Amino acid sequence: MGRPMQVARYWRHFKEKYRLIGGKCKSCGHVHFPKRPVCPECGSQEVEEFQFSGKGKVVSWTIVRNPPSGYEYYKPYPIALIQLEEGPVILAQLTDVDPEEIDFGMEVEMVTRKVREFEEDGIILYGYKFRPPIK
Amino acid sequence: MRRLLKPIKDVGIVGYGAYVPMYRIKNEEIGRVWGVNGFPIQEKSVNNLDEDAITIGIEAARNALKRAQIDPREIRALWFGTESKPYAVKPSATVIAEAIGATPDLDAADFEFACKAGTEALQAAIGFVGSGMAKYAMAIGADTAQGRPGDHLEFTASAGGAAYIVGEKSSETVAYFEGSYSYVTDTPDFWRRQHEHYPRHGNRFTGEPAYFHQIISAAKGLMEELGYSPSDFDYAVFHQPNVKFPITAAKILGIPKEKVLPGLLSGIIGNTYSGATLVGISAVLDIAKPGDRILWVSFGSGAGSDAFSLVVQDAIEEKRDLAPKTMDYVNRKKYIDYALYAKHRGKYIM
Ligand SMILES: [Zn+2]
Repeated sequence: MGRPMQVARYWRHFKEKYRLIGGKCKSCGHVHFPKRPVCPECGSQEVEEFQFSGKGKVVSWTIVRNPPSGYEYYKPYPIALIQLEEGPVILAQLTDVDPEEIDFGMEVEMVTRKVREFEEDGIILYGYKFRPPIK
Repeated sequence: MRRLLKPIKDVGIVGYGAYVPMYRIKNEEIGRVWGVNGFPIQEKSVNNLDEDAITIGIEAARNALKRAQIDPREIRALWFGTESKPYAVKPSATVIAEAIGATPDLDAADFEFACKAGTEALQAAIGFVGSGMAKYAMAIGADTAQGRPGDHLEFTASAGGAAYIVGEKSSETVAYFEGSYSYVTDTPDFWRRQHEHYPRHGNRFTGEPAYFHQIISAAKGLMEELGYSPSDFDYAVFHQPNVKFPITAAKILGIPKEKVLPGLLSGIIGNTYSGATLVGISAVLDIAKPGDRILWVSFGSGAGSDAFSLVVQDAIEEKRDLAPKTMDYVNRKKYIDYALYAKHRGKYIM
């Protein structure tokens, strides 16, 4: 994993993963994440990039204790459904928070963190995670 | 012969931002494991499992952008100073540039000079903007510093960083540079060879000929060139490998301790290496008044110092509240024991 052959697959999503950039329909104004070529609401093909504010609320969460390969060192870690303030609900890891501090409706903000590392000599993947706001 | 570094155009700081991870380990906890008493600092910051110099740089850069309120695509250079690069080969600066939306029309590179890599990047940014080549340039210093387990550096080597966006001096700049000065000599006080995990240091050698000689020479050189004396400065921030060194440096220069303490954070966050003076200056900018003059002197082993004279401007009053303050990060803390610390530092082999 993370060998040169697979790197391009991740690279195509850097902007979306690093910055939380999704799509906004130019016809009906619907925002979604990740960005799709066709608006899921009205079917328009005029979808432009949309920068989410990164603010949201925890809808639901669970603690991952048996993670998939490449995530073992991070266990246990919380993963949550987050409703972004612009509407879409996304799945993401929570960070800088102890499991017992997490609650329904908890406010969170987006940060860019290391998501996965491939062995000692592979690439490091960075992406969005969410944490309690600084202030 | 003029030794002062001063660009054709006057330049200043359009935006600044800091970041310090939330985890802390107390010196007494490290001492418990290695059987050591008598500590250089109280506690130090520790990166989370998912943090490295790049992610620290990203959050600091985003805070700088919040204060600068500029389009990131107007940044023509992003220079990142660190000695804890996640990749041995592959620039870290490009990851940060992509994450803040500054790509692709810019120059990006990683700078290296032990703990002065951050101010080295700043010198370059001043020149890039001051020559008229670029409207904005960003300089970042950040580290997740390495200390050999049990070595005295382990008590202080910590994680954090700060970012500065340089632009032409205007009513938008929160402070401007009156000039800078760099002083370097070949002094092997600290090093790490290729493929080694931890640095080596010349023990007692790190004090006199290295830290104090470069810091004092750079501070004096800058003051001579600008015609200033220590009393002209309202604040002074020196590289802070511990608490004692910067206070001693101030004493040698005749600067009262009170002017050093607001920017001296090493006692409670440790030595953030390339981030050290950049984080210290950010804490001072968070509280300084327009008209205040700040002396800023970094130090990097190997060895050398960059010295800057900075004058705070009116824009600081409205811009400082646009991003979290440095003390917001310093006061956000969770203590961990040595076992968790070792996990955060990636010490366990799975
Ligand atoms: Zn639509």
